Amino acid sequence: MRLQKLRDWLAFALSVLAVFVLQPASPVRYLDFWLPFATFALIVGVWFVLAPGALRALKGENLITLVGLAIFVAALSALRYTPACCLTATRPPETAFVLLALGLVGLMAFGLAKLAAQGRYAVIGWGFITLLVALLVILKTDALATAASAFLRGLNAQNPAQAAPTDLSWLGFSYIAFRLMHVLRDLHNGKRANMNLREFVTYVVFAPSLLAGPIDRAERFAKDLRAPYALNISVLGEAGTRLVIGAFKKFVLADALSLMALNAFNAAQTQSPLWMWLLVYAYAFRIFFDFAGYTDMAIGAGRLLGIKLPENFNNPYLKPNLTQFWNSWHITLAQWFRAYWFNPLTRWLRGTRANSVPLMVFIGQISTMLLIGLWHGVTLNFVAWGAWHGVGLFIHNRWADFARGRESLAKYERAFRIGGVILTFHFVALGWVFFALPEFNLSLRVLARLFGVNV
Amino acid sequence: MTRPIRIVLMALAMFVAANVIFAALDLTPQIARLSAYNAVFPGRERLPFGNDISQSCNLIVNNLDAMFASHEIAAGAKPANEYRVVLIGDSSVWGVLLKPEETLAAQLNALGMNKTGKKVRAFNLGYPDFSLAKDLLVLNRALAYQPDLVIWLVTLNSLPAGRQMDHALAQANAAELKPLLPAFPITPTAQTFLDKTIVGQRRNLADLARLQLCGPFWAATHQDQLIRANYERWSVDLEADDHFGAFQPPALGDSALAFGVLDAGAKLAQSKGATLLIVNEPMAQSSGKNSDIRYNAFYPRWAYDQYREQMTASAKKFGWTYLDLWNVIPFNEFTNSPVHLAPAGSRMLAERLGEEIRNGK
Repeated sequence: MRLQKLRDWLAFALSVLAVFVLQPASPVRYLDFWLPFATFALIVGVWFVLAPGALRALKGENLITLVGLAIFVAALSALRYTPACCLTATRPPETAFVLLALGLVGLMAFGLAKLAAQGRYAVIGWGFITLLVALLVILKTDALATAASAFLRGLNAQNPAQAAPTDLSWLGFSYIAFRLMHVLRDLHNGKRANMNLREFVTYVVFAPSLLAGPIDRAERFAKDLRAPYALNISVLGEAGTRLVIGAFKKFVLADALSLMALNAFNAAQTQSPLWMWLLVYAYAFRIFFDFAGYTDMAIGAGRLLGIKLPENFNNPYLKPNLTQFWNSWHITLAQWFRAYWFNPLTRWLRGTRANSVPLMVFIGQISTMLLIGLWHGVTLNFVAWGAWHGVGLFIHNRWADFARGRESLAKYERAFRIGGVILTFHFVALGWVFFALPEFNLSLRVLARLFGVNV
Repeated sequence: MTRPIRIVLMALAMFVAANVIFAALDLTPQIARLSAYNAVFPGRERLPFGNDISQSCNLIVNNLDAMFASHEIAAGAKPANEYRVVLIGDSSVWGVLLKPEETLAAQLNALGMNKTGKKVRAFNLGYPDFSLAKDLLVLNRALAYQPDLVIWLVTLNSLPAGRQMDHALAQANAAELKPLLPAFPITPTAQTFLDKTIVGQRRNLADLARLQLCGPFWAATHQDQLIRANYERWSVDLEADDHFGAFQPPALGDSALAFGVLDAGAKLAQSKGATLLIVNEPMAQSSGKNSDIRYNAFYPRWAYDQYREQMTASAKKFGWTYLDLWNVIPFNEFTNSPVHLAPAGSRMLAERLGEEIRNGK
């Protein structure tokens, strides 16, 4: 039991620390402190909505967590006065400002708890979701991120003309926002994530999955956190294996492939279709090993802390069709969009005049894939990548509908399966051309060159 | 003992054994000589060099075996009808901000010359940065490829005696350099057994692997350098500063410059039957602010003038074939430094050297 408690607080402390320590430096003064601060303000705010009778529940462990978090944040800023300064990427702001901000967060939390006590979950939930989506849109749209940076620079008496979108690099926000939206939508649908503040903070910013997911579900995470914790040879072996495999995928395979993977520089210089195919293949495997490697390491590190994070990849390049590919590539993101966009949308479409199956599938799949594309960044290339997969999924859906039950096709099943794997891999690889390159016209030129057309 | 512990212990024992065998057989040089270049991929047209591998897929390896194995000069035996010219020197010979087809060696090849009935083929063995000792190492390796003519382009920055061993390539290959410069105070660091293990050589081995992995990039793009159009041009307006590094006017001093390294190179080339042409490479001359004090950001006038006088005197004294081309290229044909040439400047210099190759002995 004592080991369990120790693990609980260790997971919490490491995760909180990681948010501040791993946050990259920003040229906007103090932003590398205020962004992690805002992460915790959002988490605390959502928890006060989530917890039934949050104000009454604010005692014991919840109170210790809240006060501990506030003291930690204040102490972190106070490190600016020490010679060894600091745990954050750059010098944090004055502690007086931080205390003031903590006070404002406290007031916000109090207000939210009062509203929640009145049962106004829909208003608060949608308010939070709107805020999170707005922040995601700003962070992922270069023009908006630049404008936001210019505004923040203005507040800091810095030159707004030097603003750049990279100024607002908010560590793990894409994943943090999706975890918060998941619990808020579930609350709205009557499924309350029953977690204390420490558990909730740990869930949202769990250190192993902070940078690159997976996006776990709150109730599943809480179940692991409350299960008896044991660190035995079997757990160590399992975790160690995942960590070593993950490190090999990321630091050996992905980093090696990155030297020959498609990028803006080599795409513009390569004329030969054969070499261009090689660059595209290298990119396809590089992105897989990079992302899957990170996931393996996250799962391994999570296992050490007693959390069985969900799998995010299941041999995606060996799938015979695009639907199965999306069931095995970035699985938790695809599941999130299925649960909170595709399924509600198709349910809604059934009640409208656009209720023919092909039309519903088309609208559902195109819009879902466009949103997944935009989640990576608001650019024409990510829209094109999303549309490419949306159309591919629709075509596969129609083909599967056509082929279902046709015995004349069933005898070719093996050939269809092998051909399907090759076709699906190449469809995905060609899609990566949009994903890998920064400009739409360059992507089209590369696609043309792959087929021997020089434009 | 449980199975996982047994596996870990076995893996550990195998790792230790692999390291011991690797160090005992001193396998790094053998591995460095293995290259996919000139076999799977075309050989590189210049020695590998680059500071940003993610942009240009090129890197500094400081291993002469690997550097030469990746170069096109190692592609095969010298053809009977080839008059082989190798160019050595600093970044201006390597071709900073020039594509492979724009460098001095490539421009010489584009002239399509013949010499003594053989086709002239020039190889770019220039390597950034400034150091005659580094050039001597390259020359020593280049002579194994039977050049008929070696053109060694030098500039004052390469000559200060105290800076010869500052170059990373010279430091990494000090043991090879020592017998080439017996009179020079070189103290190579002795490699311990641990240094020779896989663990000790991990950085070198990773670099060697990266160099091979850049093969597809080179083969696909024929590019080995990211050339930005918006680079900062060499400065025409200069500081009112008459220092040249640690040297102050009025005199450089008799032993300030490492002419002994040049002479060691001349003797080495002669011993292998190659003709050596030493060239004082062109530099940009400013007409801007304080140009009465300095020629450019590199050189105050007093130091450079003395260097030229000393070079001419040394050439006479040691019997070198020497060509002073310090002012043959107009100032607007230089790019981001007073010695880096633009493509047109590179062509002009090639034409001038071409005359020398045609008319030389």
